Amino acid sequence: MSKIRSDYEKTLWRKIVRFVNGEKDFFDEQSGFDVESEELESRKHNNFFEETEWKKKKVQITELIEERSEETDRRAIKLYEKFYRLFAVITCVAIIAILLATVTNLPDYGDASNPANNEVSKKYIEDGIKDTGAVNIVAGMILDYRAFDTLGESHVLFIAAVCVMILLKIDPDSEKGKRFINLENDRAYEPKNDPILAWATRILVPLIITFGIYIIVNGHLSPGGGFSGGAIIGAGLILYLNAFGFKKTERFFTQKTFSVVSVSALLFYSVSKTYAFFTGANGLHSFISKGTPGDILSSGLILPLNICVGAVVACTMYSFYGMFRKGGL
Amino acid sequence: MEFCTNFPMFSIIACLMCGVVCSVLKKNPARYLTYTLLTVLLILSSGVLAYTLKIDGCFIYRMGHFGAPFGNELRAGVLEGVLAVFFSVIMFLSVLAGEKHIFEDVEDSKINLYYTLICLMMSSLLALTYTNDIFTAYVFVEINTITAAGLVAVMGNGRAYFSSVKYMIMSLLGSGLLLIGITLLYDVTGHLLLSDIKNAVNTIVIKEYTEPFTIIIALITIGLSIKSALFPFHSWLPDAHTASTISSSAILSSLVLKAYIVLLIKIFYRAIGREVVLETGVNDIIFVFGIMAMIFGSVFAIAQKDVKRMTAYSSVAQIGYIFMGLGIGNEAGIVAAVFHIFAHGATKSMIFTSLGGIKEVSGHSTKLEAIKGAGFRNKVAGVSFAVGAFSMVGIPFFPGFVSKINFADAAAEAGSTKMIVILVALAISTVLNCLYFFRALIALYTPVSNAAGELKEEVDNTRPTLKYIMAMAFFIAFNIFAGTFSDMIIKLINKGLTMFS
Repeated sequence: MSKIRSDYEKTLWRKIVRFVNGEKDFFDEQSGFDVESEELESRKHNNFFEETEWKKKKVQITELIEERSEETDRRAIKLYEKFYRLFAVITCVAIIAILLATVTNLPDYGDASNPANNEVSKKYIEDGIKDTGAVNIVAGMILDYRAFDTLGESHVLFIAAVCVMILLKIDPDSEKGKRFINLENDRAYEPKNDPILAWATRILVPLIITFGIYIIVNGHLSPGGGFSGGAIIGAGLILYLNAFGFKKTERFFTQKTFSVVSVSALLFYSVSKTYAFFTGANGLHSFISKGTPGDILSSGLILPLNICVGAVVACTMYSFYGMFRKGGL
Repeated sequence: MEFCTNFPMFSIIACLMCGVVCSVLKKNPARYLTYTLLTVLLILSSGVLAYTLKIDGCFIYRMGHFGAPFGNELRAGVLEGVLAVFFSVIMFLSVLAGEKHIFEDVEDSKINLYYTLICLMMSSLLALTYTNDIFTAYVFVEINTITAAGLVAVMGNGRAYFSSVKYMIMSLLGSGLLLIGITLLYDVTGHLLLSDIKNAVNTIVIKEYTEPFTIIIALITIGLSIKSALFPFHSWLPDAHTASTISSSAILSSLVLKAYIVLLIKIFYRAIGREVVLETGVNDIIFVFGIMAMIFGSVFAIAQKDVKRMTAYSSVAQIGYIFMGLGIGNEAGIVAAVFHIFAHGATKSMIFTSLGGIKEVSGHSTKLEAIKGAGFRNKVAGVSFAVGAFSMVGIPFFPGFVSKINFADAAAEAGSTKMIVILVALAISTVLNCLYFFRALIALYTPVSNAAGELKEEVDNTRPTLKYIMAMAFFIAFNIFAGTFSDMIIKLINKGLTMFS
């Protein structure tokens, strides 16, 4: 008799009746050990420097699972892993084969009658200097003909720097930041005071930075430009930082320098290009003159834009290094 | 009125500039700058829409002194205008509704960077909508990829890092395939401008480079469907949506996935041409995967105990609907798919933001057991979740219903095999949708006698803010508007699609 009664308590109709009466609900049975939520909770309250405890817990749980799991389960997992690897290899080989087959069907390399050798590239080569005032056709293309793409591209760099900042920046005022700063690590031994490195840096860094500036400023006349020159200057700054440590570089390059330089460069870029797009699209006269091709002060906006791009790239390179080294500049 | 042609350019560059400025502001100025920006964008986008409706056609905007094919070019028609208005509205409401959670979840010194991400995300959404140049599209796809991963990682806990790395890897795989596709396309056509590519495709490519061209279409389609989480490539989506703060989840689900689909439609229509796509049979493959996504997304959703994760899997199913619509291959199917972009965008962002309100009165959890009775504890969130669930299930007067009707209509015009498959899949998917959404809804409105007392303090501390109530009210109004005045929206979409190609 009692058996029937308890069955009756579990029937769907009874559940609905009790749900309507507000006594009970559908989900009471669902309870028990829930690894996922516990993990989530512990992660919310702890930060990632303090995870040893929860790692221990995880090891315990995996041991528990291994103990309890049957031999067949383990074999199934192993089989799955093998299948997974095999399948990955097959997919890769298939994609490589398909792409190679595609490449053989493409237009021949260097053929004059290729579709890519059309009126567009002809105009870039023939009218490039007249249209943009830049002797270096590539600079004219990326900063004048297709300036909108380059505007987007420099913001890609900026957003990459912002994301690295989000991941690695340490706020010294926050709880987590304080703990991190007190954490013992190899930064305590900086700068290394290595005489060879220091002397090499003293000789090389001025040369590297001068060379970088030369590449940026001559971007519209010779191969180079903002992206490559900026990368060189950034490398020079990183070398200097390695030799002399953060104390010395902070005299001229802090978080504030980074913000001011990159923000003003990007804003100048956006504003000047808005003006150029606006005058161009509406057929208005632009006051920016092209100058004489070949002069250092020529080719309209290309020179200032190269300088802006260079500044952004150099700052981004240096800030990446600083973020990875100590979580700030 | 002629001045309106400048608005697309202004709105994209305004987003870029505000993003840059936000990175050096304190958190509160950054927040208000973002709100101002989004309001201005709404006005500018409405201007574009009004102008295109007035001239009854589209306009081409030359970026700089050199016209196409030498320089960049923007192009706006009715569809672009509607999309831009929609993106601005949903972005504004999602950020407004999730504001409190952003301030709680994100580390204090990084809140301004969160708003930087929002502004740059908006710029990429608008640029993908307006651009007429395939390489500009790629550049802004890059911005979109990095910002989307940043929006997940900004939570700063282990789970968020894990999900965002997973998302980044999958998304970059998609970008890589897309880039290979674009370079090969340039190699065989010699153009980057969408309309010029189409001319070249019609004259030379079909005759001389048939095999590479099929591969190109496949690469671009696969690349973009990885990024918009079509069924076999969806594994990043549930993790990324569950781990992020609610504004991010809403934005990722309603806007980011949709921007890639818009780009795919644009490439199909404008660069390759619909007839050519139909000939290669790519749409049949999309169709099959779309149907699979509809079923499997819902099946996975039923298996979830966490409502937020369940909603994320539901997104997989809804993306399946959109791809299924594209795969049908007739005009009506594409109209239905575009309408579903709006319907799902409006509804899913509302569901995610309502989960934010539910979460705070349920002990910071969205597990099914935890949210019992949350509909009584936070009434606004409960009502908006209910509206969202009704829409997704397909109750009349809500947008989800209209898109289901549209898909069925489109099926009637398709071949008999496709028609049967679509109707059966729609029926199964609707039943499955019912199962999991009503289960969550029942949990929300299950009376809880004693737990309310335990949670009383929490409930008192988390009275919904005025901004949250306003945002949710706008969301509900927007959904009911989209559901009841769907004829008008569909008319706009039809008009937009005719001037699209």
